[in-house]
Amino acid sequence: MKPRQQRMLAVGLAALGIAIAAGLTLRAFQDNMMFFVEVSDVAAGKYPKERNFRIGGLVVGGSVQREEGSIDIRFEVTDTACTVPVSYSGVLPDLFREGQGVVAHGRMGEDNVFAADKIMAKHDEDYMAPEVADSLSKHQQDIQQAVVKGASECGTSDS
Amino acid sequence: MIPEIGQFALILSLALAVCQTIFPLVGAHRGDAAMMGVGRTAATGQFLFVAIAFACLTYAFLTSDFSVLYVANHSQLALPTLYKVSAVWGAHEGSLLLWILLLAAWTLAVARFSAGLPEAFAARVIGVLGFLSIGFLLFALLTSNPFDRLIPAPADGGDLNPLLQDPGLAIHPPLLYIGYVGFSVAFAFAIAAMISGDLDQKWARWTRPWTTVAWMFLTLGIALGSWWAYYELGWGGWWFWDAVENASFMPWLIGTALIHSLAVTEKRGLFKSWTLLLAITAFSLSLLGTFLVRSGIIVSVHAFATDPTRGFFILTFLAVVVIGALVLYAWRAPSLDSDVGFGLLSRETFLLLNNVLLVVATALVLIGTLAPLVVEMMTGGKISIGPPWFNVAFLVPMLPLIILLGMGMHTAWRTQKADAWWRVLRIPAIVAIVLGVVIPLLFYGRVSLLLVVGCGAAAWIVITSLIQPIRSLRREKGTAGITRSALGMSIAHLGMGLFVIGVTIVSAFGVESDQALQPGESIEVAGFEFHMVGLSNVRGPNFSAIEAEIEIRDDGELVDTVRPQKRQYLVQKSWMTEAGIRAGLDKDLFVALGDQLGQNAWSVRIQYKPLIRFIWLGALVMALGGLIAISDRRYRAGSRETEATA
Repeated sequence: MKPRQQRMLAVGLAALGIAIAAGLTLRAFQDNMMFFVEVSDVAAGKYPKERNFRIGGLVVGGSVQREEGSIDIRFEVTDTACTVPVSYSGVLPDLFREGQGVVAHGRMGEDNVFAADKIMAKHDEDYMAPEVADSLSKHQQDIQQAVVKGASECGTSDS
Repeated sequence: MIPEIGQFALILSLALAVCQTIFPLVGAHRGDAAMMGVGRTAATGQFLFVAIAFACLTYAFLTSDFSVLYVANHSQLALPTLYKVSAVWGAHEGSLLLWILLLAAWTLAVARFSAGLPEAFAARVIGVLGFLSIGFLLFALLTSNPFDRLIPAPADGGDLNPLLQDPGLAIHPPLLYIGYVGFSVAFAFAIAAMISGDLDQKWARWTRPWTTVAWMFLTLGIALGSWWAYYELGWGGWWFWDAVENASFMPWLIGTALIHSLAVTEKRGLFKSWTLLLAITAFSLSLLGTFLVRSGIIVSVHAFATDPTRGFFILTFLAVVVIGALVLYAWRAPSLDSDVGFGLLSRETFLLLNNVLLVVATALVLIGTLAPLVVEMMTGGKISIGPPWFNVAFLVPMLPLIILLGMGMHTAWRTQKADAWWRVLRIPAIVAIVLGVVIPLLFYGRVSLLLVVGCGAAAWIVITSLIQPIRSLRREKGTAGITRSALGMSIAHLGMGLFVIGVTIVSAFGVESDQALQPGESIEVAGFEFHMVGLSNVRGPNFSAIEAEIEIRDDGELVDTVRPQKRQYLVQKSWMTEAGIRAGLDKDLFVALGDQLGQNAWSVRIQYKPLIRFIWLGALVMALGGLIAISDRRYRAGSRETEATA
């Protein structure tokens, strides 16, 4: 092949590859993109229906319930303004604890309980997922109080 | 006192790095041998002083000098000695110092083993590496000084993150960094070639072994990280498409493309400007990876606490390096390409396709990694891209790559006769398809299209990789055997085949199950019976733990007893899962303790992972292939000038 043809071949192949890649990317992105929804928005019913999304916040103190001997667990997550009940079945991450930040993947159930299929707590004591930190700072309630008592002013904030 | 010496040594090495940059570059421009000679000396001195700084920090850790802030935050009196040493690079400041040390070490290696290179070229390479050193030394001294004091010193330190207290993780960062930083050598070679405007096949031959060594270490580093995540995070997965994993994987993909493109440039003098672009990209992606990790702008299990100044510094440095390199490229590269042709059916075509596919794969990973950032900037919405997307998107370029790989190995340079080619490949192709059906059906009792494709592709690579070495073994005495570099290629591709079969089987037949279990009780997962004998308390140097004794039986016959632990580290009060794994080449059986559910019951995660070891074994074999390839005669000093292009 002549150098000119080589270059044409290279450019053509690269363009084809990128076109295929771009097409697939856009198509598959739709299905795999998971939005982070603030707890207050979830409580107000503003969340994607019939698909997975993420929520995050602090685990409300005393809200963790499990049946003796079962791996099913229920707890509440708060952004200091509102709370959302979460159910999960399986092994929890090591840093999952009342009062700590968590992020949960899953979807909203019929019973208005967030059915999580994955729970993530961060590996570092000082570290909080940026989304959660953002969401908490927006509401600016007393974090200690929210963790102990649960949220108090749901619906009164402007979100 | 010792930390101050370290700090002082770091400042001196900055001064030497400045000398190492200016003198050789100016000297090479003017043709002044004395000025060029400064480069090697300055590089040696710089390495010496960085090593002193590194030794001082290590000493501070070993003597638990908590008046040093970094030590106080990341060590503790009761920490075992091994982890006191690995704690040096256990967080941001120290890992940056490690990066600088390795960059200085690579520079020293280049300075020592560049006797065969033209003086001006070697001087430029050392100068460019010096410039990179300046950037990182400034970064350390201005934003991330590991020697900052903490007065008054606390009585005890805050302990190393328990996750990092593991032998695998002690050596994972150094290996990964040797790879990352190693691409700076290929980068410096590319810049030096563009400055001098002189790029021939000899240039590719000089660059190849350096690139291969960096690639080898990166391969090992990534594999070790994956293995560590598997057993230490207690999740049992081996790859999560986490942003930081991607950050190390992208330079690997481009590095792999670079190795292949360098082969064409060396053998045929083609793809020159393309090779340069890949060399620039590989190192730029290493820098981008550092930026993503250090700035904390991407949510990741690896992300250290966010610090905007650091992110800004790295981003600026990244911009200077990348834009500078690309401007030079735009200016110089067009004049470098030579007018040589090749046939449509030729090894050049296959290597070109290899490069296109690897670049597409990298682009996809990059898109998936950066998409959350872009979406947040444009719409304010916070999204994440799940592993399923990466799995599908990545398969698209990888599948053709695997098939073409087997063909390309048996295609001649310049042009290949189609009928001879077909005669070599038809039997392997048929055998591969048959094995693709037989392997899953016979060993695992189920078959699907994806399984046939995966197993068939793996068999295809393994068979086509072995043809040449086997022929060489069976050759008549006195005839020439396979060269080291061809053998290295075959072995590395064989590793790829092992990797593919591991990935295929473990994703199709792996079983994961979360259940409740108490002493005296048994549960069955994937045909194995897991019986909890009992629970006991055990103590380690800096943790206390609850240990379960679990017997695994197959048809009533005892396979093994595993002892998973739930550890509480005493200083940070944090809990850690230590999985109990019965490792085997054919399968892993994995038990991790979850949470205490009541009186005596625990939630456990039990996993059956067939052939998962092949994933890491494959990576190991790939790296071995690289090692064999660089031992080829033509890379040895002395033979450089005499031997004509093969």
